[in-house]
Amino acid sequence: MTVLLDVADVSKRFAVASTLGPWATLKRRLSGGPQTLPKVYAVDDVSFVIGKGETVGLVGESGCGKSTLVRALTRLIDVSDGTIKLGDRELARKAARVFARDRDRPRIQMVFQDAGDSVNPRFTGFDAIADPLRRLRKLRGKALKQRVETVAGQCGLPLQLLSRFPHQLSGGQRARVGIARAIAVEPDLLVLDEPTAALDVSVQVVILQLLRRLQKESGMSYLFVSHDLSVVRLLCDRVLVMYLGKIVESGPAREVFEHPLHPYTQALVAAVPRLHQTDGERLRLVGEPRSPIDPDPRVCRFYGRCSLGTNACKTAMPKLRRFGARQVACHFAEEFVVQRISAP
Amino acid sequence: MTAPALAVEGLSVEFRTHSGIVRALDNVTFSVDKGQTIALVGESGSGKSVTAYAVMGILDAAGRVTAGRAMLDGLDLLAATPSQIADVRGRKIAMIFQNPRTALNPIRTVGRQIADVLIRHGNIPRRDAPAKAVEMLRSVGITDPARRAKAYPFEMSGGMCQRVMIAIALAAKPSLLIADEPTTGLDVTTQAVIMDLVADLAKNLGMATIFITHDLALAGQRSARIVVMHAGHVVENAPTEELFTHPRHPYTAELIAATPDSAANLDDLASIPGSLPDLRRTDLPPCRYSERCPRKIDACAQPLPHPAPGAVHFAACWNPLPQVAISAPRESAA
Repeated sequence: MTVLLDVADVSKRFAVASTLGPWATLKRRLSGGPQTLPKVYAVDDVSFVIGKGETVGLVGESGCGKSTLVRALTRLIDVSDGTIKLGDRELARKAARVFARDRDRPRIQMVFQDAGDSVNPRFTGFDAIADPLRRLRKLRGKALKQRVETVAGQCGLPLQLLSRFPHQLSGGQRARVGIARAIAVEPDLLVLDEPTAALDVSVQVVILQLLRRLQKESGMSYLFVSHDLSVVRLLCDRVLVMYLGKIVESGPAREVFEHPLHPYTQALVAAVPRLHQTDGERLRLVGEPRSPIDPDPRVCRFYGRCSLGTNACKTAMPKLRRFGARQVACHFAEEFVVQRISAP
Repeated sequence: MTAPALAVEGLSVEFRTHSGIVRALDNVTFSVDKGQTIALVGESGSGKSVTAYAVMGILDAAGRVTAGRAMLDGLDLLAATPSQIADVRGRKIAMIFQNPRTALNPIRTVGRQIADVLIRHGNIPRRDAPAKAVEMLRSVGITDPARRAKAYPFEMSGGMCQRVMIAIALAAKPSLLIADEPTTGLDVTTQAVIMDLVADLAKNLGMATIFITHDLALAGQRSARIVVMHAGHVVENAPTEELFTHPRHPYTAELIAATPDSAANLDDLASIPGSLPDLRRTDLPPCRYSERCPRKIDACAQPLPHPAPGAVHFAACWNPLPQVAISAPRESAA
């Protein structure tokens, strides 16, 4: 497998306003106390790769840093640390503003969560799909029209709908516009941020199958962000599980969901409602996540909500360790490995 | 058998719009027994929420109940006077809304919002209400409730806001709770905790619950009986296990086949062809699913069958999927 995207040690920290009052801040400054503002560790030291033609799922609860990571990868925001390599090219050093006009900009495109909100309400379907083609491919006139119609056809969007505005389209049709717009410039990597979250199940199926078909036709790689684990299981080859800015587990999607190793993944999988199961195993996450503001680097991020939570967990941050095709960041992963993967 | 907690019979609702009359609900009939949890399931536009709003008497001004009854303790909610409804609402029947952040009052502390309900319905002295509100917050699993009672909704996470909503809904110990997509927008882990909480409280209070959702899997896990809606009709009403194993209405079968959890492979998932009919049409067929239906026969042109009194498994279909031996229905919710 050739690597398309190589993300290494990426961190993104946001400064937050001090919780101290103005007087306390001034006093601290004058007395030579710490000068820097507290920071939210939205994404903390994340590394992974996406292969060519591969579909990688990214799951985690809201506030875990999924969106920040995705925005950093798609180069909509700048990273604080780390490298993002697309093929041979290092992108993290380039400011997001500059990258917007870069020759590699078309190679990473994104499908946003709700096409009803992310498509300009004053653009028709045609304009929406044509916009990136005008800007990034400099297409005009007949060539533009032809390309838009080809892409719309690929996405199963009837041509007579192209003159409609988003509010005149159904949810499924809007989703198709969002996808057509993203694949119009033929990206190598398509980042999908919960593309079916706003859709009914019957429409969701169609869109998922469309995405699968498009991938087969063009060989794109997908990074699929979702909190619907049943969908991730169906669509993704590999999955990354994030918790409070860190990747806590990764591996082949089916394996991770059938035999989760990290306690957080176990709770996540147990919480997914299943059709033929009357009540969940009562494995529940209690309490709220730890604060992401200047977290203690020695304490496991999951400490406090974890059912294990030993002394080791608050004195040493578990590193991501490899177990075959899996990676897990937990001191006790071995025990689960023995328990859960006894068969080859 | 005792009288049900709520019996909805032949409920029809219309909305007047600029582009015509939308027949949002047509002859909706179902009931929920005391202490039982049932689920109303359907895609968007199927009329799940409208049903709840009609029962609660909070339909939009453009909406009008054209027929039907909703019996709660001998009172027809649809024919009741505003003062009768005001007396029942909150005290006997309460509702949790979809988005807790927008449903809560943004400029009132959550403790006061709970106290308001207690003062109105709880029969406790005004000065005891704040302390009782703190107690309510503790009962829905909020840590440090005394401090949280002084917080505004924006200071809390989505899961916590939903807990507050539940505390408000349950403040007056209603006999029926309507939960309209209570966990949409929450994480699955939070969803599981919130649903546990509702189930536990319902059990302790002996409260009946109508749980509205589009998530068939979630509905199945949490309810004893499922009512499937499509385009303003109840298409199927059956005990949960039986509905999943032996659906009789073609729409239910397709809905199950489209649920991601049911398939091992993406290719095994089946989409449902067609879309909801336009409910403004005057020539709507008696079966609003018939235009999408693979099992359509000539008989589909006649008015839909009515549920027989006391029927365990009802499908509004003239050509249902074959019936099988009826397994013992699961009576109460888990």
